[in-house]
Amino acid sequence: MNKSIVIDGKNVPFEDGQTIMQAATAAGIYIPHLCHNPDFTPHGSCKLCTVKVNGRNCSACTFPASEGQNITNVTQELNDDREKITQMLFVEGNHFCPSCEKTGNCNLQAVAYHLGMTDNHFPHFFENREVDASHPDVMIDHNRCIFCTLCVRASQQVDGKDVFAISGRGIDKRLVVNSESGLLKDSDLEATDCAAHICPTGAILIKRTGYKVPIGQRIYDHSQIDTVTLANEGASHDE
Amino acid sequence: MQQFIRQLAQENDFQATRLLKILRAIQARYFYIPKAAIEQLALMLNISRTQIQNVIEFYSFFHLEPRGQFDILISNSITDLMVGQAELINYFAEKLGVKIGEVRADGVVSLNNTSCTGMCDQSLAGLVNGYAITHLTKSRIDEIVENVNKQLPLDQWSRDFFKVEDNIIKSGLLLNETPIKGAAIKATFARGLMETLTEVEKSGLRGRGGAGYTTAWKWKYCREENADQRYIICNADEGEPGTFKDRVILNAYADSVFEGMTVAAAIIGATQGFIYLRGEYLHLYEKLEAILVERRAANLLGKNILQNGFDFDIEICLGAGAYICGEESALIESLEGKAGIPRNRPPYPVISGYLNKPTSVNNVETFLAAANIAIHGGEWFAAFGTAKSKGTKIHSISGDCAKPGIYEYPFGVTVQTILDDCGATDVLGVQIGGPSGTFISNDEFQRKIAFEDLATGGSFIVFNNSRNILDIVHNFSHFFAHESCGFCTPCRVGTSLLKKQIDKIVEGHGSAGDIVALEELCQLIKNYSHCGLGQTAANPVLTTLERYPEIYQSMLKKISYEPGFDLDKSLETARRLANRDDAAAHLAQVEE
Repeated sequence: MNKSIVIDGKNVPFEDGQTIMQAATAAGIYIPHLCHNPDFTPHGSCKLCTVKVNGRNCSACTFPASEGQNITNVTQELNDDREKITQMLFVEGNHFCPSCEKTGNCNLQAVAYHLGMTDNHFPHFFENREVDASHPDVMIDHNRCIFCTLCVRASQQVDGKDVFAISGRGIDKRLVVNSESGLLKDSDLEATDCAAHICPTGAILIKRTGYKVPIGQRIYDHSQIDTVTLANEGASHDE
Repeated sequence: MQQFIRQLAQENDFQATRLLKILRAIQARYFYIPKAAIEQLALMLNISRTQIQNVIEFYSFFHLEPRGQFDILISNSITDLMVGQAELINYFAEKLGVKIGEVRADGVVSLNNTSCTGMCDQSLAGLVNGYAITHLTKSRIDEIVENVNKQLPLDQWSRDFFKVEDNIIKSGLLLNETPIKGAAIKATFARGLMETLTEVEKSGLRGRGGAGYTTAWKWKYCREENADQRYIICNADEGEPGTFKDRVILNAYADSVFEGMTVAAAIIGATQGFIYLRGEYLHLYEKLEAILVERRAANLLGKNILQNGFDFDIEICLGAGAYICGEESALIESLEGKAGIPRNRPPYPVISGYLNKPTSVNNVETFLAAANIAIHGGEWFAAFGTAKSKGTKIHSISGDCAKPGIYEYPFGVTVQTILDDCGATDVLGVQIGGPSGTFISNDEFQRKIAFEDLATGGSFIVFNNSRNILDIVHNFSHFFAHESCGFCTPCRVGTSLLKKQIDKIVEGHGSAGDIVALEELCQLIKNYSHCGLGQTAANPVLTTLERYPEIYQSMLKKISYEPGFDLDKSLETARRLANRDDAAAHLAQVEE
């Protein structure tokens, strides 16, 4: 007999070992997220995927599905709070979508649109963050890093390298590069690495490709992030 | 240096789990962790340089840039502020000729603030090269400055500076007992392991760190988990501001704590235990090591303990300045030589803890209680307390009272009784359980200390009517922003936003919408944070806002909107560039 959980009143089957996120995605239900990517070990840090499990807040990407879970995902309260968490990410870094070459392909921007975010709500931090353009093919704009660790995980789990790490504590957290100089050019990152392409924002970019796809023809220019995510991430679980 | 580090790595069996211990030794010798040391260690321990870098940047006591040969840290806990910390640290800075946070040009001395050092009953407190100093006054500061300027080695300083008092004012069930040297182990094996677990269950003992999970269940789940190794950990990372009872227990009853760990290890089937001692309690390290040596000699630790066919030993691991490591899964990460970032749960540590093996993490006081329960039985303990909170609780009492120190009471005691005993008069309110706990007003002193009413890890800070609620909230908000590990968005960004929002209101720049914004932010941090730190970081605001809304309101300006930044201050750069400082180059914050 199939086991199932209930998400927003709908029965969703799951297999033992699946997280709520995995079960939801397989069933065509979108739960907003930024630090999660089904190809890597879940991290649970961005907290956008918070759902209510029997009344208690849990991160859908890390919380195991189990019988008897009554889950709410799309509610005014949850989406309002997800919007505020997204706004926190916007004010923490320096995100200027109109001048960012990732615009239209950016998950942070797309999730913000999806949640109906129209302003930054909180006061900006305006932190001075650096750009590392030392590598011939790849650059890091620290202004846009949201510490999701996807590049860290991709480098370790797919590329078999260990190029990136998150260092520091609290609001002083920052992305660091595993090289003696600390610069990207001295690391063993190559432009073909998964880690160079996984960034959900515009923090890690491949040089000279920024405007190959014109604005207006980009991923989120005509589709919402929920549709795109379910098409991509749902598929990767159908093996 | 190469030789030193090679030897250090060798002494630590090239184990990456010992990274904190290794870095502590390097920091002590060179006053920072040189880049070359990171490179060498990465190779020798077979970990990435970024993992080492992360650990250095995560813990307050490690530095990538040199600190002074004398690194002086002054505690900025609320109880320190109450004895004039701000004035005294400025005095210190002036006398030393160094700016707060910086190193003097000659490299001899550095000075900075640090979070509560657990000496709240003997404020003003601080640390010199990691060693606790207490009762700082201007005259003592003068003496220290003299020692520093003479570059007198620390071991030649007057011992008075380093005197740490126990101040046990009121003993109860546990503190009346003498330190246990084998009696609990004997009783446990005589009664039987499962039978002793039953006694612990009967005692109703719940975790004394504050969360209050039933101790016997933790041990039971850990025991039942199928594994080739299990671990027992004593959480002595007593970082909650206002708490210092574990320091006293470890100074006066360490044998009982080790005995409790040994009993627990026998029950769950662990052969290795750790005591994670907060870095601020470095002064206890040698004493505790000596007690462990004695216990090994007496066959209370080591192989075949008291001929019961049971092997167990304890290792002391020092922290390095991170409040978050009091959270059990962050503590485990730290023990593994990593930054103290709380893990995702499930799995819980009893299933997958240290090195992913079943691990029971218990508080110092829990082990003290457990050792005594093993001797006297569950009923002895359960005879005291309330329905849901059995036994006694040891409190650290500080702030505005005549007799600060350690007090032990059965659960169910009223706040008023404690206030009477410690000689507190004209009381405004009490912070129970530290900043992550609850602020109660003087209308609520009949409330009881118990899991059913006011749960606490033992911090009890008294404030009299001369104190300002917003100063307290200001201090606590800064504390949480400083101690947030930064893993999750709501806590990382939220605690910093909360700090800014409180600053805005305290500095008189708040306006009508700012209380609503404050409350909304608090709820967000509380409801969405990853661990207990974030989930409780807004408590100081929430508990005082509920009780004293008028105090917050009175700070607001009577205008509809006040920008979140200081307009005139923001023009400073422009004025400098334009080389102007006339009246027209200044702007009022709002049109008056």
